[in-house]
Amino acid sequence: MSGRHDIRVTVNGVVYERAVEPRLLLTDFLRHTLGLTGTHVGCEHGVCGACTVLLNGDSARSCLMFAVQADGCTVETVEGLGRIGKLNPLQQSFHEHHALQCGFCTPGMLMTATDLLKKYPLATDVDIRDGLSGNLCRCTGYEHIVKAIRAMKAEAPR
Amino acid sequence: MKPAAFEYVVANSIEQAVAVLAQAGGDAKILAGGQSLVPMLNFRLLRPAILVDINRIPDLAFIEDVGDAVKIGALTRHHQLETSPVIAKHFPILSYAMTHVAHLAIRNRGTIGGSLSHADPAAELPMMALLLSAKLHIISGRGKRIVEAREFFLDALTVDLAEDELLTEIHLPKLPPHTGWGFEEVARRAGDFALAAVAATITMSAGAMKEARIALTGVAPTPVRASEAEALLVGQKSETKLMAHVTEAVRAAIEPETDLHASSDYRRHLAGALAGRVLAAALQRAGAT
Repeated sequence: MSGRHDIRVTVNGVVYERAVEPRLLLTDFLRHTLGLTGTHVGCEHGVCGACTVLLNGDSARSCLMFAVQADGCTVETVEGLGRIGKLNPLQQSFHEHHALQCGFCTPGMLMTATDLLKKYPLATDVDIRDGLSGNLCRCTGYEHIVKAIRAMKAEAPR
Repeated sequence: MKPAAFEYVVANSIEQAVAVLAQAGGDAKILAGGQSLVPMLNFRLLRPAILVDINRIPDLAFIEDVGDAVKIGALTRHHQLETSPVIAKHFPILSYAMTHVAHLAIRNRGTIGGSLSHADPAAELPMMALLLSAKLHIISGRGKRIVEAREFFLDALTVDLAEDELLTEIHLPKLPPHTGWGFEEVARRAGDFALAAVAATITMSAGAMKEARIALTGVAPTPVRASEAEALLVGQKSETKLMAHVTEAVRAAIEPETDLHASSDYRRHLAGALAGRVLAAALQRAGAT
């Protein structure tokens, strides 16, 4: 009743073709099928934000969609931002501002912040805090995450 | 936390979607933005045999000015509504309300049709549909019909939509000239469901209030219009002297529940206080003061 569907998804610039069961969440497709474990799984019902990825450039909870829905789409995960020794500017800012401790929420924070920086002026720290309200962090108290994102805004186009 | 198995059908047209719904005999669900449906599937609160994905139907996401109304396709995402120049021009209250809907990642996916069909008792869009007298266009294999928002919301998570029907378009009649608006929401965190939210419009004519609309969410099983409070305002020049009566009438119009986040009494108090603020804002924007 729930045969596999062939899908073709571009993840971080690499095209993957796989046959997936319809109920496979995009999160599990990324982590288990493709081995891209940078995307973390917290609540699996759209509350914690840990699994946030970019779908066709827009942030989305990967636990709230099925891999089969991503057929023909592009997905960007934390692995696409940068790598150890070659962090992207946002990752570098997180590093410099101590914006992570245990690191569990960090991939979701980074993908959310990437989209927030693209779509909103983030004129005040309240705007940044409101923008991050869908991503739970239990270590930092958010202060350093806000500072890391603020620094990106301060360094925006001169 | 994984969904039960289901059959997945991609609908390429509205006709195909409703045909699948009709054949499934009540055992199919429409998958739009999925931001409420997928959590329910993950928890296995729902176990439909078939999911009909309408995300690939062309021309189901649009915002169009048609003269006396604005037409919105059911698949229009929350973030599109939030940022649409057409909505900003004709329904600035809706642009503002959309910033209170969940978080960006959810607004990128969630749809107006999905939110209205799901009808969470604390969601913003059902309240806005009720406030703005939305006309909901519904289709099935049996034909088309139009339902007024005030007749659409029946109970918590229950709307006037049969199992073989699909909401396709939302028509919002434009507001008259000299209409001001106010919107206030209190939630535990930005983006959470409202403990209470109130939205109002006031239309002025010859120095007096010609029409007042007050809608609330989070304070009853469905969104509510405070009709008696609205009637108190019509014909008056300002709300100042009336305010105690108006907030009392707003509080009488609702039946808030007690839950983990707030008591019934607190929600009732909050609704009245927010109503006072939104009416003052609406009057000011309408040019009354």
